[in-house]
Amino acid sequence: MPGLTLVPTQVAVATGADFSNDTWWIVAIKAVGVVVFLLTSVLIAIWFERKVVARMQIRPGPNVHGPFGLLQSLADAMKLLLKEDINVKAADKVLYLLAPMISVFASLLIFAVIPLGPEVSIFGVLTPLQLTDFPVSVLYILAAASFGVYGIVLGGWASGSTYPLLGGVRSTAQVISYELAMGLSLVSVFILAGSMSTSQIVASQDQIWWFLPLLPAFVIYFISMVGEVNRLPFDLPEAEGELVSGFMTEYSSMKFAWFFLAEYINMLNVSAIATTLFFGGWRAPFGLHLINDGMFNEGWWPLLWFLAKLWTFMFLFVWIRGTLLRFRYDQFMKFGWKILIPAALAWIVMVAAVQSVRQFTDIDLQTLLIALGVVAVVGIGLSFLIPEKKAPPATGSEPDEFDAFAGGYPVPPLPGQTLPPSPRRRARMAQETEQRTATAVLTAEADASTTDQPSDGEEEEPRG
Amino acid sequence: MSASVVALGSLPAAPVLASLAETGRTSTGEEVLFWFIAPVMVLAALGLLFARKTVHAAMSVVLVMVCLAILYVAQEAPFLGVVQVIVYTGAVMMLFLFVLMLVGVDSSDSLVETIAGQRWIGALLGLGLAGVLSGVVLTAADMTPVGLEAANADTNAVGVARIIFGDYVFALEVVGILLITAALGALVLTHRQRLSRRMGQKERADARVSAGSVLTPLPAPGVYARSNAMDVPALGPDGRPLDSSIPRVLRVRGQERAVSEVAAFQGPDAPHLTEADEGTGDPDATGSTPPERSITGEEPIR
Repeated sequence: MPGLTLVPTQVAVATGADFSNDTWWIVAIKAVGVVVFLLTSVLIAIWFERKVVARMQIRPGPNVHGPFGLLQSLADAMKLLLKEDINVKAADKVLYLLAPMISVFASLLIFAVIPLGPEVSIFGVLTPLQLTDFPVSVLYILAAASFGVYGIVLGGWASGSTYPLLGGVRSTAQVISYELAMGLSLVSVFILAGSMSTSQIVASQDQIWWFLPLLPAFVIYFISMVGEVNRLPFDLPEAEGELVSGFMTEYSSMKFAWFFLAEYINMLNVSAIATTLFFGGWRAPFGLHLINDGMFNEGWWPLLWFLAKLWTFMFLFVWIRGTLLRFRYDQFMKFGWKILIPAALAWIVMVAAVQSVRQFTDIDLQTLLIALGVVAVVGIGLSFLIPEKKAPPATGSEPDEFDAFAGGYPVPPLPGQTLPPSPRRRARMAQETEQRTATAVLTAEADASTTDQPSDGEEEEPRG
Repeated sequence: MSASVVALGSLPAAPVLASLAETGRTSTGEEVLFWFIAPVMVLAALGLLFARKTVHAAMSVVLVMVCLAILYVAQEAPFLGVVQVIVYTGAVMMLFLFVLMLVGVDSSDSLVETIAGQRWIGALLGLGLAGVLSGVVLTAADMTPVGLEAANADTNAVGVARIIFGDYVFALEVVGILLITAALGALVLTHRQRLSRRMGQKERADARVSAGSVLTPLPAPGVYARSNAMDVPALGPDGRPLDSSIPRVLRVRGQERAVSEVAAFQGPDAPHLTEADEGTGDPDATGSTPPERSITGEEPIR
């Protein structure tokens, strides 16, 4: 099909960041800057989370070390570094040590492609406030995220212990189901922005931030991003109430600190991705860009907007943690596979259909939106006409008589039905009763010797 | 270390690499990258063959895949490189690990050879593969790359999309149908018909309440000055030992200890500790034994 063109004709592809001015020392400054930013943000995030959760639970939270308890996380970090480093004997040494490193390594990769701002001047060199960018940088983010999960999975496996293994297994299942929904929800952004590069996606949001036209995709991304970083209500891999600490049960001291660091950096990562892809990245909010010829969208100002949006998402994380309970595992799986993924797929089809109508026909956007609105209203109206699903009739408590040849074939008994004893067994049972009456004394002794066997009824009791 | 990690991410975008794939001559940067990664890949590939634990073998494959992805990116195919990591490292190998973990940590393969002459067949196929590979390497040694710049003109991803959804769209659809058929087949093969109605959470809870069994967790074993082991019963609010606080297994084996063995205070003032808890009827009933004298006048007494 050579006639088919893939470059959107009506949707202009925004130009991305230009890195041609970068020298090696600019790259070095930006790289170090990103790492320093992440590490300090983690310290602040820990304090922030404890403080906000505390306010939600009407208590003061950390308030002893430093002003407002700001130095508390620093003290905690020092404590973790100085604690005894315990290596589990049953652990698989190499992978046990490697797992936390993989987690941190992968979490540090993602911020390399996040645009923190537009072009700024660093020591006289005009350069984008972004370490690097390439045409597939959002896919690179997904790749780094999926690689980071190996830290959790291997940590769980290599600990050589039951609870971590369960945490690791849960984590693999979680990744396989929730990364699909996450990736699918991002596809509609790619379709509208016409690019997979982060700087171009930000540039494409100069008219409207994508969370408005793509609200369903944003909702799906938001849910799966909470799942991605193993936070409540999706913290099944570590689930304190069920698995002690899940995959990090056997980790202590520095190795535990690395997992902890990776978890908080990952929170910052997914918040930054949500900001970049759905909330206009570094663009000024509330029409501030109209003031003074777009002064607030140039220079160093955008860094402020970016950070404000980033920390709004961090606040949402904490809010959710303070509000929601953990999912049950089967509900969690059902939610991922039966709701999130089908919804994401249906949404992609709809966005692609609308986009192709815009691209290959002459219908203008206004007519299209009106037509879509009519379709939506009619669809909602029709949905009221569908009769509600009736509750399945309660099965009778009396099970049917067992018919061994139902439908002409030999069949096993259904649940609730009992297999009648075979003729041969009936004959043997009759014999046995005869014998039993003859040797009543012996059987009584045998009964006495079996009394230390537990009865079935006792097994039902839950143990605390 | 962390700084170099992030700096590594900037390599693919560096303009230095853009020119070298075009001329067919490798620059110093690409050579260094290759000679750093190639030995790692070879070692990891050997690790797949010689690792004793299956998880180690799987991790060797992951390492090879990640290195391969870096090489793809260095050769101006960033889309392929990134998708390699997402699909193979992130999804396929993760599924492998999932299965390995479910199978068990210490399980080992059966080494019994079931196919007659499989060593000879394997050796033959291996030789054939080696021949093909060396042929490819020998012919590829002296080639000049053509058209990379044209292919990547509208970024690599768009170039790949044009080919897949333009020239090969039919093959793509066929592969898609094949994969969906396979997935449906797996669903059909593993499908089980539900024979009875599914019990919801509410129904289970109702059934448990109406059955009259214990709804709360049983009391935990006692903690005393000289013992916090599981074989010593806790004391109820009336100060008498609770049989149900000892795990059932210990009770069945007769391995529980009396409170009097561990209690710090033993004297004539604490006769109830030495008394055997004869209980009132069912020894597995929960709650404390009813008190001997009434305190509020409402509770049952013995």
